[in-house]
Amino acid sequence: MNFLETFKLALKNIASSKMRSFLTMLGIIIGVCAVIVIVGLGNGMSNYIQDSFADIGTNMLQVQVMGRGTSRRAPEEDMYAIMDANPDCLDQLSPLVSMYEPVKVGSETYKRTSVAGVSEDYFAMLGYGVEQGRGLEYMDVVNRSNICVVGKYVSDTYYGGAAVGESIKVGSTRLEIVGVLEQDAEEMEEGGNDDYVYLPYSTASRVSHTGTFGSYAVTVHTEEQAAQGKKAIEDGLYKIYGDTNAYAVVSVVELIDIMTSMVNTVMVVLTIIAAISLVVGGIGIMNIMLVSVTERTREIGIRKALGAREGTILQQFVIEAATTSAIGGVIGIGLGYVLSAVATQLIAMLMQESMTVTPSSAAVLTAFGVSAGIGVLFGYLPARKAARLNPIEALRYD
Amino acid sequence: MSSLIEFRDVCKLYHMGEYTVSAADHISMSINKGEFVAIVGQSGSGKSTCMNIIGCLHVPTSGTYLLDGRDVGSMNRNELAAIRNELLGFIFQQYNLMPKLNLLENVEIPLMYAGMPKAERRARAKEVLEQVGLGDKVKHRPSELSGGQQQRVSIARALAGRPAVILADEPTGALDSRTSREVINMLRQLNEQGNTVVLITHDNSIAVQAQRIIRLEDGHVIYDGDAHAPEAVVTPHLAGGETA
Ligand SMILES: Nc1ncnc2c1ncn2[C@@H]1O[C@H](COP(=O)(O)OP(=O)(O)O)[C@@H](O)[C@H]1O
Ligand SMILES: [Mg+2]
Repeated sequence: MNFLETFKLALKNIASSKMRSFLTMLGIIIGVCAVIVIVGLGNGMSNYIQDSFADIGTNMLQVQVMGRGTSRRAPEEDMYAIMDANPDCLDQLSPLVSMYEPVKVGSETYKRTSVAGVSEDYFAMLGYGVEQGRGLEYMDVVNRSNICVVGKYVSDTYYGGAAVGESIKVGSTRLEIVGVLEQDAEEMEEGGNDDYVYLPYSTASRVSHTGTFGSYAVTVHTEEQAAQGKKAIEDGLYKIYGDTNAYAVVSVVELIDIMTSMVNTVMVVLTIIAAISLVVGGIGIMNIMLVSVTERTREIGIRKALGAREGTILQQFVIEAATTSAIGGVIGIGLGYVLSAVATQLIAMLMQESMTVTPSSAAVLTAFGVSAGIGVLFGYLPARKAARLNPIEALRYD
Repeated sequence: MSSLIEFRDVCKLYHMGEYTVSAADHISMSINKGEFVAIVGQSGSGKSTCMNIIGCLHVPTSGTYLLDGRDVGSMNRNELAAIRNELLGFIFQQYNLMPKLNLLENVEIPLMYAGMPKAERRARAKEVLEQVGLGDKVKHRPSELSGGQQQRVSIARALAGRPAVILADEPTGALDSRTSREVINMLRQLNEQGNTVVLITHDNSIAVQAQRIIRLEDGHVIYDGDAHAPEAVVTPHLAGGETA
């Protein structure tokens, strides 16, 4: 009796009592499905993080200079000096002055519009293009000009698409709009990336009462230089302040790594929980197989009387358990894919963010292998019980 | 001529707590190739024990059992399985067919365990089912058949492996008298074709259909000879009451 025949016999037995077989498989189905969905969620979240940061640019470093004591110094000259000292890795710099004064167009106040003071390089650093008018220029920074560049949402919504030459008020300061940026987000919305007013950082620090100082965006030439650039800035700042608590430098690559490893940790924990449910499923299979061996005592007795060896009976029951479990695994994988698709839709609907729950083929293969393995493992004990039955006792059994 | 089945002082003891039951008590006998022997006796006389030993389902506690010259007592469980498959064809009282398999598949089971290739197995199973008159029902399930027909399937299954001995344990126990006769006639026919048949029964009227009767009582052989001799069918309490 070869493997294929034993396998067919197993399929026959499974098919002959579908309801019971299904219930036997249920633990495995749920376990495998959970593993697939969890791994899919993990992948989706990692991808989402990567994508979100890819917007900012993976060659970006963020620098926060707190200084010492209460001095609210904005040492952009120091930062520019560090830039000049490390031209091999550091590329461009922009101070970032976030302002919280409300924006006014005419007599209307728009509280959700963001305002930031940046350098003339900022748009290039982020890859923003200018659609109308011009961007910020070095002389604007030097002269602390009362000018600004606005996002497309501002231009389209408040100026009918023709904002250049118009004026806008930030707090009590009137600024002339000299340019409009290209659309950035796929869909423009209030408070989004396109609802922005950018002015020279020098102007911002002059007029702002609420702005934050000491924030910088720095780019390196290539993503691989992120760590090197970070070190160069830290070394430069340490020379000035002599205190590692006076500043913080974070690279976007590093942020991605940190967040991805956080997601991974959560996923590992969840996967372990799901794996436990697989083991519980395996115990379920063992239970039903033990019952099945008892029920089929007579069959086993007949088979042994007709010449089945112990190894043959063992093989029959192990293969039956493994087949049951593997079928459960396949159903679980299918269900996992369906649930992943449903989860993707739900996330899109509920969070207005698109995140694709992507089950990995490695997870699928592992899940299948593990479920078949669990069948073998937990089928072995009942199978051995069957193989060891005394044929005479078994034939007498009713 | 060497015998096919030979018991030399075979004993089988069952331990039941403090008691020991002697189900086979120094039985010696031999059955030659081509014989039709009935082993008879009342319930509890040791028939099933004998049948299990002959059928290599268990080994004697002491004494020697030779099947086709091979000492069964020294065999391990796998060797016993192999020799059952090779030399013995079982016919059981309750037919013992697999309800989920059709007749062909049922008859194929012993051939499968013998490692016969599928096509040959199919052909052989078909052939023996035709021989027992069920050639038109090979795809049926056992439950679609009458009791007599089911017993014929189990005869076909016993025949399929061309065994040295056909061992029938109360094959008519679950059948009415007309179908019983049919089954016995079939066994006689098989014997006439050269098969060695050992029939176990408690029923004298069935036993006398054999050529030879071995009568058991309390694990002893109390008669071994021609089935048609008058002593062969005497009621046990008249013949051997003093042994009780
Ligand atoms: N497995 C067993 N355990 C204990 N005693 C047994 C067992 N099988 C048979 N016996 C005893 O052995 C004796 C012979 O039984 P058995 O061979 O079944 O006789 P028969 O088939 O003629 O009825 C009886 O007394 C029976 O109770
Ligand atoms: Mg009996």
